[in-house]
Amino acid sequence: MSRTFVGWPAFPEAAVAATSDEQLRANVTRATGTIRAKRARLVAERPDWEDLRDSAAALKNDVLAHLDSYLLQVEQKVTAAGGAVHWARDAAEANRIVTDLVRATGEREIVKVKSMLTEEIGLDNALEEVGISARETDLAAAIVQLGDDLPSHVVVPALHRNRAEIRDIFVREMGRHGRPAPEGLTDDPPQLAEAARLHMREKFLKAKVAVSGANFLVAETGTAVVVESEGNGRMCLTLADTLISLVGIEKIVPRWQDLEVFLQLLARNATGERMAPYTTTWTGVIPGDGPQTFHLVLVDNGRTRALADEVGRQALRCIRCGACMNICPVYERTGGQAYGSVYPGPIGAILNPLLKGPDDPQTASLPYASSLCGACNDVCPVRIRFTDVLLELRHQVAEGDAKVKHPAEKAALRAVGAVMDHPAAWNAAVRAAGKAGPLVPKNRLPGPLGGWTDSRRTPDIPKESFRAWWKRTEGGSR
Amino acid sequence: MRTALFVTCLNDALFPRSGQAAVSLLRRLGVEVDFPSGQSCCGQMHWNTGYRAETARLARHFVDVFEGYDAVVVPSASCGGMPAEAYALAAESVGDAGLVRDVRALAPRVHELTTYLTDVLRVEDVGAYFPHRVTYHPTCHSLRAAPVGDRPYRLLRAVRGIDFVELPAQEECCGFGGTFSVKNPAVSGAMNGDKARHVLETGAAVLAAVDNSCLMNIGGRLARDGHGVRPMHLVEILARTPEDGPLPGLPVAATEANR
Ligand code: SF4
Repeated sequence: MSRTFVGWPAFPEAAVAATSDEQLRANVTRATGTIRAKRARLVAERPDWEDLRDSAAALKNDVLAHLDSYLLQVEQKVTAAGGAVHWARDAAEANRIVTDLVRATGEREIVKVKSMLTEEIGLDNALEEVGISARETDLAAAIVQLGDDLPSHVVVPALHRNRAEIRDIFVREMGRHGRPAPEGLTDDPPQLAEAARLHMREKFLKAKVAVSGANFLVAETGTAVVVESEGNGRMCLTLADTLISLVGIEKIVPRWQDLEVFLQLLARNATGERMAPYTTTWTGVIPGDGPQTFHLVLVDNGRTRALADEVGRQALRCIRCGACMNICPVYERTGGQAYGSVYPGPIGAILNPLLKGPDDPQTASLPYASSLCGACNDVCPVRIRFTDVLLELRHQVAEGDAKVKHPAEKAALRAVGAVMDHPAAWNAAVRAAGKAGPLVPKNRLPGPLGGWTDSRRTPDIPKESFRAWWKRTEGGSR
Repeated sequence: MRTALFVTCLNDALFPRSGQAAVSLLRRLGVEVDFPSGQSCCGQMHWNTGYRAETARLARHFVDVFEGYDAVVVPSASCGGMPAEAYALAAESVGDAGLVRDVRALAPRVHELTTYLTDVLRVEDVGAYFPHRVTYHPTCHSLRAAPVGDRPYRLLRAVRGIDFVELPAQEECCGFGGTFSVKNPAVSGAMNGDKARHVLETGAAVLAAVDNSCLMNIGGRLARDGHGVRPMHLVEILARTPEDGPLPGLPVAATEANR
């Protein structure tokens, strides 16, 4: 069985392990720093960048407001073009549909491309159970799969790994899944790329069935779009006989022309490139050219739940460029796996609770996995206001019907609030703090504040508060 | 013009010197400043942790205390941003239309200190003298929630004798985030450690900011590691004059003006 995020610990716990892994932190910091700088340079080239962001956000809002009719349009267009459309309410349904479709072909090994959604629903394990092996073909996704690891980034799933680690994984694992790594492989990037190319090529040429995701789904034409940089997508999408595309229902753009906006935003914001090297589009089936059987599986799996959340629905505008994680200081210290999902970083902190509900300790911890610094708001190409959504979700966790409550915190904040809106009580509290000042331990506070003092000294509490000083001197004039 | 100082609960209890400096600076600039003693807390901690009803109660209290003033000056970008950013939303969430109205009427008169100096009083050179090496951390709220832009830099550069050095990676969060630093101490500590390292790289004697909460966070780390860098609210620098001379205990910076 492949590793999954099922049963993952809550964020603060998972983060402790990550922050103390020096190698991981160095790898993540180096990688995000590089992409961040490239992105900043490329975005600065575009004087119309803010307009592009406005257009993208508006287009996606329109899609979300009329999702029902766009989805029906997609179904109609895809069917008219010779494809079959399937609807999946949740992960189990999606897995069953895909498993049945693959089984019907009689194939035992299939290839995958751009398949974050398959990770979200745990498709690999479902296929494995019926004896089908699904191999990732994106380089980074393949590194994660070969290493029996979990992804840590939406664009660069193996971002937490360095070259030496990748070389070791290749040498150890490639032979067990097909063509082994070449003799004497070093950690030189061109050599690593060549090893992956040879290993993959064998799979592309053999595979009769491919499973893909899609970056966009054009309602007007029923066209699916994959944007990638290695050419593996082009291979999977054109060489297989049967193509099964799993797409989240929020991936729609209304018109072919709208791709203009998104394709310009995506590459620059994701990897700091002017244009992605490969953009592949496919519309149904064309006799004699490409896959002759095409299935589109439209997956909900919590998306309508997110859509029903007035503040949170903006998270469904996400086009998975990864910029929010590249800029996030919390992500940079923890890497992506701490978020317990294929969607990490700021988008993961809001999307997971929206999709799954903020009712268990893992998803309930995510809205708090942010210092609310707001850096992500500035880079999101579809203008998601993360800080607004984080606050809304915190409100749902703190005051809503969620099973996860924070009784002690709630009581404390209530008590503090009660004191603060009664001047006499507040005066007394400040005075008491001044008196207690010398008694406050300098190096370790008791209770929930203990963690804070692990890496900080508490400030000295002055004997005279500001208000006491004002009273004594009337603002220094006495 | 009736001007009130909203000192904030943190400054009141832990950093009274910042409030005192604000009073002395404002008086020097001719502002008759009052301190209504009924004031308490802006409710940011409640708001950021998800407690809206509590926030609305504190918003009501804030309005009651300050609505009679023409201007409310706040030596904190994060607390100063609350009336404009959050109060109306908090009031809406408890269905209090009257409070929404009152908050909307008051919020435009609430000013973060540096914005008050440059935009209301229209001064950049406040006559300050501070002959020491200073670096400045732009806090997240001062960058994004209640953006003060380059105002603190303009005010700092006009200070006589100052040796101002830019902080590397200055726009990165220090990891405080209120309850974030309590709920996620490991990540917060790692962020704060990097911030402290950048401060040390500048060789500054003083770290300035417009939020004492962030200064408490970074300063707590520097102090624990035994470094002598002094965290100071920007207003404490702006309040010092040539008559005060150099700040005792700090090395005098070797700039032209200080020779
Ligand atoms: S939330 Fe925005 S910045 Fe983050 S991955 Fe999605 S589109 Fe990119």
